[in-house]
Amino acid sequence: MASAGSHETYYVPEQTRLPFFASIGLVLMVFGLGNALNDIKSAESASLSTWISLFGFGLLSFIIFQWFSTVIRENHAGLNSDQLKRSYVWGMSWFIFSEVMFFAAFFGALFYVRNFVVPWLGGEGDKGITGEMLWPNFTAVWPVIENPNPALFHDPEEALNVHEWSLAFFAKFLPFWNTVILLTSSVTVHFAHTALKANKRKQLVQWLSVTVALGVLFLCLQVLEYTEAYEHYGLTLNSGIYGSTFFLLTGFHGFHVTLGTFILAVMLLRSMKGHFKPDDHFGFEAASWYWHFVDVVWVGLFIFVYLM
Amino acid sequence: MSAAHDDHHHGPAKGLSRWLFTTNHKDIGTLYLWFSFAMFLLGGSFAMVIRAELFQPGLQLVEPNFFNQMTTMHGLIMVFGAVMPAFVGLANWMIPMMIGAPDMALPRMNNWSFWILPFAFAMLSSTLLMDAGAPNFGWTFYAPLSTTYAPETVTFFIFAVHIMGASSIMGAINIIATVLNMRAPGMTLMKMPLFVWTWLITAYLLIAVMPVLAGVVTMMLFDIHFGTSFFNAAGGGDPVLFQHVFWFFGHPEVYIMILPAFGVISAIIPTFARKRLFGYDSMVYATASIAFLSFIVWAHHMFTVGMPIAGELFFMYATMLIAVPTGVKVFNWVATMFRGSMTFETPMLFAIAFVVLFTMGGFTGLMLAITPADFQYHDTYFVVAHFHYVLVPGAVFSIMAATYYWLPKWTGHMYDERLGKLHFWLSFIGVNILFFPQHFLGLAGMPRRIPDYALQFADFNWISSIGGFLFGASQLILLVVVIKCIKGGKKATAQVWDGAKGLEWTVASPAPYHTFTTPPNPDLIEAP
Repeated sequence: MASAGSHETYYVPEQTRLPFFASIGLVLMVFGLGNALNDIKSAESASLSTWISLFGFGLLSFIIFQWFSTVIRENHAGLNSDQLKRSYVWGMSWFIFSEVMFFAAFFGALFYVRNFVVPWLGGEGDKGITGEMLWPNFTAVWPVIENPNPALFHDPEEALNVHEWSLAFFAKFLPFWNTVILLTSSVTVHFAHTALKANKRKQLVQWLSVTVALGVLFLCLQVLEYTEAYEHYGLTLNSGIYGSTFFLLTGFHGFHVTLGTFILAVMLLRSMKGHFKPDDHFGFEAASWYWHFVDVVWVGLFIFVYLM
Repeated sequence: MSAAHDDHHHGPAKGLSRWLFTTNHKDIGTLYLWFSFAMFLLGGSFAMVIRAELFQPGLQLVEPNFFNQMTTMHGLIMVFGAVMPAFVGLANWMIPMMIGAPDMALPRMNNWSFWILPFAFAMLSSTLLMDAGAPNFGWTFYAPLSTTYAPETVTFFIFAVHIMGASSIMGAINIIATVLNMRAPGMTLMKMPLFVWTWLITAYLLIAVMPVLAGVVTMMLFDIHFGTSFFNAAGGGDPVLFQHVFWFFGHPEVYIMILPAFGVISAIIPTFARKRLFGYDSMVYATASIAFLSFIVWAHHMFTVGMPIAGELFFMYATMLIAVPTGVKVFNWVATMFRGSMTFETPMLFAIAFVVLFTMGGFTGLMLAITPADFQYHDTYFVVAHFHYVLVPGAVFSIMAATYYWLPKWTGHMYDERLGKLHFWLSFIGVNILFFPQHFLGLAGMPRRIPDYALQFADFNWISSIGGFLFGASQLILLVVVIKCIKGGKKATAQVWDGAKGLEWTVASPAPYHTFTTPPNPDLIEAP
């Protein structure tokens, strides 16, 4: 419980224009995007809708930039009490929990498909009769390389999971190196944090730069892997449930890595400007929590999408 | 910064900017409540179209496809636009005052949580005016109706769900941060009013399941626009997967709409029974148990979909288990009233009606939980009657009870008690004429979401429609009461109700623009 003193200084901003315009940006972004998707589907020109969406995105990004600047300025001006800072800590923790649940939906879909849907389609158990009637030639194996109806969903040539447990295989296996990269980056961001707490500016900037570089490297390898999947393995979003789960799980993770790398890059710039103090750096800490979270998701992905 | 010092003294800004740019929890609470009422009337007018079409057999007023758009939009708007924002509005208004906090923990984000909603619902409602028409696949939007066979406006529906989900998550994070971090000294967890407790747990449920809803609509988006096959068996997916993911969100969602109602009722009954709440601790634990159980019962919505027998049994027993903590609550409310010196002002009338009618909805829920029986009831009007009993004389009555209970605190005036009572009795009679016959219709086999029906269902349908029109029209009385109360009336005291306990009754009526900028005296804080 906070002391009575800290209550008196809880900073409540008087008015703010940020959220209202952020809402306008947000709704223009999704409204334009929705129109663009529908235009593309009905083979019409999507250029106007795309511009609306981009304008919305630009407005939203600009306002989020302003929003964070305002909060940082207020903190530097000494308006933020310890109690207010705890509100940010709770806010970030629960935001990460919501992200965990977002991924849980996709992992849940993966488990359900692997353990129930595919075996049933292959004719297993009481539910097998549907599969037997519709697609008698379908055999249940994971990854699904031969789809129940290849005319609608084309078969990939090969899956991207581990199919050989040898050193030679892992040495050339991109996701393995991506695992190494992300796990290392979790350690380096921790080193940066330790340096910050010891007020060692130079080490902070160095370790944070290494972390950002590792994030970028991960993303490059991910792009490489997607290119290979599309060009050499015929594995696309359209190649049935294996491609669907593969691309949405790794894709949303990749999106989060992109965001995390961007956030860490901002933290790097702020560190260079001398923004953080050893006892006051929640912006940095939140970014590192986010990074650790992205890392943990990857470990789950590596185990359930690639290894098992 | 002089702003920080002026902060304690300033009143509301003038004009429209007060509402667009406010960070004040009371302003934002008011915005939420008015928005919710507007959506209640919009969703209600869709219900009137449905009941008018069903007044007699045959197709009279609307095309079947438009009828489907009405059932879909009615459900979506009532759930996401009326009930949920109303409770968030009550939370915004009351939680900081109940725990002795100066405002919500994250005031700017609070404004954002609200202002996303009008835009999201404008986008969703605009689909009614588009060529392809509004979503027509039911508020549960089962694939493949919502994917392969959906109108193209489904894309706007998906994005509307995304951004209203973002709004809910931000609102919930704000409430949790407020409750965990902003309580006045002396306000320990087990001294918090139950409305605060139930909202804390509700906020946890929201953060846990709104992202899952975002996940399932994202899978739909990719199935529709990017060629994935999550819900298409031809590619190794399964439409039933949709139902599992949706109801993993959907079942906790129904508790999101009822737990804050439990909190409201637990505040009102002690006041008008002039007794302390019976079994406060057990109320807290029961709420937590219900929240936990809500995560492991989702498949009782899909008993007929063809699950393995072990699944059917598990979900049946787990569902029945919920009756235990819910029973604890109902018995506690009854025990609170037992030998109390009760008076029956409008909030109390709504609260007592809640206890009785919600319990009836609970009992039909138990009937539906029995798997073999559910095979008969599934997708009939029995289900419609069940969930409308828990949502209308349940959640909506509790919102009305809360409105009458706290209106004097918000406006500084007593509302017109005669009009309030008239509103209650017309609503009470209307709601029962509306929904009670639907039990019989369902048991006799009338399917839901169908604009036409066999002749033997005609009588109960016109009775139900009459009840619907009565209930719908009487809600306008609430509007009159609220406007009259804002404009004037007998001055309310700080205490308002003589049995009322809690910090919100220690501040003046109307509550000053800023309350508890310095924390209250810890001695004022007593266990409820």
